[in-house]
Amino acid sequence: MLHYFVGNLGHLFVITSFVSGLVAAFAYWRATVNNDLLAQRDWLINGRISFVAHSVAVLGVIITLFVIIYQHYFEYHYAYSHSSRHLPGQYMISCFWEGQEGSFLLWMFWHAVIGLFFIFSRQPWEAPVMTIFALVQAFLASMILGVVIPGLELKIGSSPFILLRDAMDDPIFTLQPDFIPKDGNGLNPLLQNYWMVIHPPTLFLGFALTLVPFSFAMAGLWLRKYTEWIKPALPWTLLGGAILGLGILMGGYWAYETLSFGGYWNWDPVENAVYVPWIVLIASLHSMLVYRSNPTALKLSLLLVLSVFLLILYSTFLTRSGILGDASVHSFTDLGLSGQLLIYLLFFTLGAAWLVVKRWKEMPSSEKELSTYSREFWIFLGIAALCLMGFQVLVPTSIPVYNRVVEIFGIRSNLAPPANQVQFYSNIQLWFAVAVALLSGTAQFFWWNKMDRSKLRKELTTPIMISLILLAILIVTTRLTDPGFMVLGLAGLYVIVANSRILYRTLKLNPRLSGGAIAHVGLGLMLIGVLYSSGYSKIVSLNNTGLLYNRDMGTEFNRDNLLLFVNEPRTMGGYEIEFLGERLEPRHKSGYVKRMDIEPTGDPFKVVAKRNIVYRDEVLYQARDTFEIYPENTFYEIALRQDGKTVATLYPRVQMNPGMGGILPSPDIRRNFDRDLYTHVSAPMNREAEPEWSELQELRVHPNEKFFVNDYVAYLDKVERIMELPGLRLGDEDVAVKIYVRIEGEHDTYTLEPIFLIRNRTEVGRIPDETGELGVKLTLLNIHPDQNEFVLGLQTRQKDWVIIKAMEKPLINILWLGTGLLTLGFLVAMFRRFRDESRAASSPQ
Amino acid sequence: MKKTHIIAILVIASAIAIILSTAGDASTYVSFDQAFQMASAGNKTNIHVVGELKKDAAGQIVGIEPGPDRLSFSFILIDEAKREQTVYYNEPMPPDFTRSEKIVVIGGFQGDRFVASKILLKCPSKYQENKLNAKV
Repeated sequence: MLHYFVGNLGHLFVITSFVSGLVAAFAYWRATVNNDLLAQRDWLINGRISFVAHSVAVLGVIITLFVIIYQHYFEYHYAYSHSSRHLPGQYMISCFWEGQEGSFLLWMFWHAVIGLFFIFSRQPWEAPVMTIFALVQAFLASMILGVVIPGLELKIGSSPFILLRDAMDDPIFTLQPDFIPKDGNGLNPLLQNYWMVIHPPTLFLGFALTLVPFSFAMAGLWLRKYTEWIKPALPWTLLGGAILGLGILMGGYWAYETLSFGGYWNWDPVENAVYVPWIVLIASLHSMLVYRSNPTALKLSLLLVLSVFLLILYSTFLTRSGILGDASVHSFTDLGLSGQLLIYLLFFTLGAAWLVVKRWKEMPSSEKELSTYSREFWIFLGIAALCLMGFQVLVPTSIPVYNRVVEIFGIRSNLAPPANQVQFYSNIQLWFAVAVALLSGTAQFFWWNKMDRSKLRKELTTPIMISLILLAILIVTTRLTDPGFMVLGLAGLYVIVANSRILYRTLKLNPRLSGGAIAHVGLGLMLIGVLYSSGYSKIVSLNNTGLLYNRDMGTEFNRDNLLLFVNEPRTMGGYEIEFLGERLEPRHKSGYVKRMDIEPTGDPFKVVAKRNIVYRDEVLYQARDTFEIYPENTFYEIALRQDGKTVATLYPRVQMNPGMGGILPSPDIRRNFDRDLYTHVSAPMNREAEPEWSELQELRVHPNEKFFVNDYVAYLDKVERIMELPGLRLGDEDVAVKIYVRIEGEHDTYTLEPIFLIRNRTEVGRIPDETGELGVKLTLLNIHPDQNEFVLGLQTRQKDWVIIKAMEKPLINILWLGTGLLTLGFLVAMFRRFRDESRAASSPQ
Repeated sequence: MKKTHIIAILVIASAIAIILSTAGDASTYVSFDQAFQMASAGNKTNIHVVGELKKDAAGQIVGIEPGPDRLSFSFILIDEAKREQTVYYNEPMPPDFTRSEKIVVIGGFQGDRFVASKILLKCPSKYQENKLNAKV
């Protein structure tokens, strides 16, 4: 039975949200431009009603889509492509934004929430600001409209409520139009992570918050209120800076924990696309702080605020139009929306540009000379550094766009992004960061005091001295020898010291004013954290087996990976390291289960315990219990020992999801306060390929007598006649014998159970048993009951192995601490500005 | 001249410097033949080559050779001009390497062998499945 109703309802909501968005934009526009007070009021009410209706429709779309995913209605393309029956509940939320349509919805949802806040808080700027909001919402709704204009055959938007049979050309739908797949394709393992439940909503809230200052700026231009718009827009900019920054960072932290490139930031175009708007947002924020005393700052604020939102639109275009193609590893595929996205981008860019040009002459300007001892001077320098920082990232990230643009003129360009992007960006960004740090350490003194030459010298001497002393300590204790790193370290220390002093003063004076100092201390800590965690990141899995890598390749190759055979200890970075075997994860209990302790069932998600399963001295399951596991995840238990004592057990993971076309290793991180040890699998053993076994060797053994297999002690413990075999019915004449061979491994005892079978008196069958952890396969070749002798066929192979890479990341926690303080600083400043704003609004003019 | 103007001039100068440095550091998409000529002419910059893995008549991938200890490997890539080239890579084989439909190698020729410093895989889209795996 196909569930048509819910999809039709959802589609109706989509269309309603598009139409009501347009109506709201029109009504608010009329309310803004109409001079008749009564008509203005009527239009305002119309606008409000339409926007509330729009918000309800957006919520309706989200709920219906969620019902489709949650109820496993796989007749819908969205549920089929992004979910499956075995997906844990919390990740059903991530399904939502795996597809582009869902992430558009998320964006619309936040716009709707902020819009409703404006309506209900009786903002005096409601009409013009909401005109822009509603217009943006209409554009976003058009992206998921999924409507074909008849006659033109022009498809607008891609609806999330499309049926599977309409989305895919599969012969089964012509044979059987009502076909519903039993299970969905599942969620990309990359997204099955708690950070992926909270990172996208945070990031999109950040995106949505940039629309607020943009709308205020547009409204200010439109209504010729060139200065008044800044005050109400400022707290929103601060909130946007905090949330967008937090969202970007969560993405970085997710990458650190989930992807195995060994870091949190890779300068991939998708990352750059959000980094640039955030940097420009920070610049705009600083400009907005000094607008009152300087008309140049006013114009600058306007341009920067407009740029932030336009850059968000540009980044949306880059990541979703498919233009990044070969340049990025993880951009969305093209849904056929590139044209629409381009119109969205150009509409607002040209609209803003037209308004700016039209009003530029009218805006206040100044001919006053800027003093070196004024705070504006230092702020401008900082803004310039921030903008250049963004520009340096934006120019190369846009290379695929230049190629496409010159292609329109018939020129074939083969320009590619820099080959080593991490080095390319980091080298320049770090120097800009030093400049920003030095400026922000110094500018704070101008902020709070009137300055002249002698006073400045007095103020700066102490922080500079303290920073130099701290730097000397760092040089000695951490062997900080690289001159570039010394400069970076000094800049970081200086910004911390200088701002700590300001922080101390403001906390005494009025804690509400301390936001700026807190954020700047956070910035300094981030610089120190980046310096050590990246600059002094050390590969500890250096290959020390003495085997020449590849004779032909020379020695310049780094040998960064370590091959570990199961139960064969190696030394690595001051540890003894030993791979103890592959583990699986039960679904309903925390802990790990050894592969050799379980038997598969027909259902890949269920297994039976062969014996009592013990994890950390606790019995998880009794023998013969059936329990659920996550079959996609394999963990590699790796023990780290120092002086014979186990100091850590690591479980790096590999996720295999053939439906998603992916095998994904994720690291396990051993966290210490001063450094993280970061270990990931760089190559797992291929389980699909048949391993190469040695020639068969015959062993003649007797029950309870010691013998050796592959150098391990073994015993034949028990012989048993069995009456049934899985998948085979035995007749009365048939004989099946199973023997139990116990093998003493390094850490565990293994039991192999080969079977010997005679059917219909003549046909002989042999079912061997094997364990990869010992590299042993046993076949019961023959039985001589008269001599109580059993003939075993022994084959050996290389034991199971895994290749890992491990690195040390010193002081990475300082980086996380710094980002926490940065966010906190933004929030403190935001609360102060919101307070000022509401006081100003409530006090009589 | 006002200080703001000086700042503005400095900003513009830096912006131009950034554009020039980008142009200088930008890599290019080339074929193996062009890459070889560049390397022979003493140009050591890393370039991008886009290609596909070599397959036999039955569609099986051929030419993948694991290095000792499986810590490195080499493979045969056919570029867009249909030239075959053995590529060496000093990392274990990425797990979904053989599933990728297009491969971008970043690196350059060292003598007559191409050594990749980085490999980008374009897997059959991770976000949109085009074929139904009908489990009835």
